[in-house]
Amino acid sequence: MNVPSASPVADSRSFISRLRNGDEIARIVTFIFAATVVLLTVLLVYELWIASSLPRQKFGFAFLITKLWDPIAEQFGALTFIYGTIVTSAVALLIAVPLGIGAAIFLAELAPQKVSDPLQFFIDLLAAVPSVIYGVLGVFIVIPIMRTVIAPTLKATLGFLPLFQGPAYGVGFLTAGIVLAIMVIPYIISVSREVLLSVPRDQREAALALGSTRWEATWKVVVPFARTGIMGSIFLALARALGETMAVTMVIGNTPSISGSLFAPGYSIAAVIANEFTEATGDVYIQSLIQLGLVLFLLTFILNGLARLLMLLTASRGSGTGRA
Amino acid sequence: MKRLSGLLVLALALAGVMAAQSGLMITGAGATFPNPIYSKWFDQFHKANGTQINYQPVGSGAGIKQVTDGTVDFGASDGPMNDDQLKAYKTKNGVGILHFPTVLGAAVPTYNIPGVTGSLNFTPDALAGIFLGRIARWNDPAIANANKGVNLPANDIVVIHRSDGSGTTYIWTDYLSKVSSDWKDKVSKGTSVNWPVGLGGKGNEGVTGLIKQTPNSIGYVELIYAAQNKIPYGTVKNLAGTFVKADLASVSEAASGASKTMPEDFRVSITNAPGKNAYPISSFTWLLIPEKFKDAAKRDALKNFVKWAITDGQGDVEALSYAKLPKEVVDKELKALSKVQ
Repeated sequence: MNVPSASPVADSRSFISRLRNGDEIARIVTFIFAATVVLLTVLLVYELWIASSLPRQKFGFAFLITKLWDPIAEQFGALTFIYGTIVTSAVALLIAVPLGIGAAIFLAELAPQKVSDPLQFFIDLLAAVPSVIYGVLGVFIVIPIMRTVIAPTLKATLGFLPLFQGPAYGVGFLTAGIVLAIMVIPYIISVSREVLLSVPRDQREAALALGSTRWEATWKVVVPFARTGIMGSIFLALARALGETMAVTMVIGNTPSISGSLFAPGYSIAAVIANEFTEATGDVYIQSLIQLGLVLFLLTFILNGLARLLMLLTASRGSGTGRA
Repeated sequence: MKRLSGLLVLALALAGVMAAQSGLMITGAGATFPNPIYSKWFDQFHKANGTQINYQPVGSGAGIKQVTDGTVDFGASDGPMNDDQLKAYKTKNGVGILHFPTVLGAAVPTYNIPGVTGSLNFTPDALAGIFLGRIARWNDPAIANANKGVNLPANDIVVIHRSDGSGTTYIWTDYLSKVSSDWKDKVSKGTSVNWPVGLGGKGNEGVTGLIKQTPNSIGYVELIYAAQNKIPYGTVKNLAGTFVKADLASVSEAASGASKTMPEDFRVSITNAPGKNAYPISSFTWLLIPEKFKDAAKRDALKNFVKWAITDGQGDVEALSYAKLPKEVVDKELKALSKVQ
């Protein structure tokens, strides 16, 4: 990451000589590839925008702040789905970030390689498990445990909080958040471990030489140094959690409602699109579902932007950062 | 989406292979509920006549959309097309589209109440009340009076419904709309509705899974799914006042009961049908066939198929837990086939 790039050297030569030895061709080809990604994103947004004009005319901005979703009366509002998407992703990150980063620190800094490498192999395997498997796991394991153990315990201990009140069906925001957390932890661990391992040895040794303990060197030097990369792993996890469809729809309860309780059933944007798209009849209905896709896209965009902003703010306050 | 595009790619690839093999290739898309019997029929028809029919079970709504857009030769749906959809078809294609019932299905109430093992009886009022959220406990008199001798607990009822758009939901809500004016005004009927209460499960398996996981819950699944997976289900009181358990005979009887008043275009709901043993939450599933074909060979092949499916093909349906068409309906359909030109 901190290796000086080769381009200043290449730039000093003439265009022809760069073309001849392939540098320029490589630059153009890779530029085209990079541009394709941007172009695809732009086209995607454009298509979603074009294909969802009817609900914008009919509902306008109210689409974002209305709760009612009634396919028969052709009244559509996205608020309950936006709420569900944000709440489940937030719960997932609250659980997954400390667990994931903790595990990554152990694997990268504290565990002997004999333990670390096989564990990493299992974690990479977990990251490759299809989401429907996590959904099944949620239905047959998390839901019963939620109903019989987690919910009663939370009610008994933290029941004074509105977050943990009301009937617990087993499905709901909290269950969806837990299943999502299980899904995104491997991403956080994998990426964070790689980033921590790539922190130069001398950083660590300098801290140890100054008399810090091993934990101090890890927590005060290595982790801050790798902060950018660790944040990157969290963005990846957030993006995955926001867009996850199958596992969420199996455990969230699929009820478009907004409730302060995490035990209540809810609905997410991706889940309602997957559930209703195939049987949607009528242009307004279909286009409202497409517009929900657009909303999800913007939501991902905004949340990622906010997270990045937060990172910039904390980075400027902090001492050492990864980026030179 | 991913699955849909995957299917499309598969269908295109298959289409390429098939086109290379034989001349005639008919495409259709629509309801998932009759897919098992349709696949069997298409396969047998292919073996007997060499006509390849490629059917994509993408859902009734998508089937109606695709046949209207002209991307497939015929559609299939669990609910009849409504007047707006028929008008849209006519505007777009210049001709009309015809409905042909093929088999019958039903939706059944299934539940999980700790301590209750026997089959429960449901009155129309009880079902509507439960799904509207008005009847909140299992020991409510509306349920208990029809189940004398069953020890119903005083627990809160958890309603489970389909979260995906589905023909089963259409049948269920069509029935509730007929027996409860409140339901009709507040919720109405459709493949997806704005449910007053309850949790949603994706597909029959999702609903069944949630019911098994949730004590004191009630939901509805397709009869064929309940039969094949040996899921116990309750009886429903029909128009004649009998509590009827859904099976092939009682569903067929609902169709016979309704066939006397069958309209010319076959767009008829047979929920809450008359007949002493008619199961009230039954429905036809339809093929949607355009009135006019440009390709005469396709038209003749498709007409041959429908004729075969509603006569000889009916011999296969009961093995797959679908109910047969009553004879009166078959005769009427054979006459209507001549309208396809």
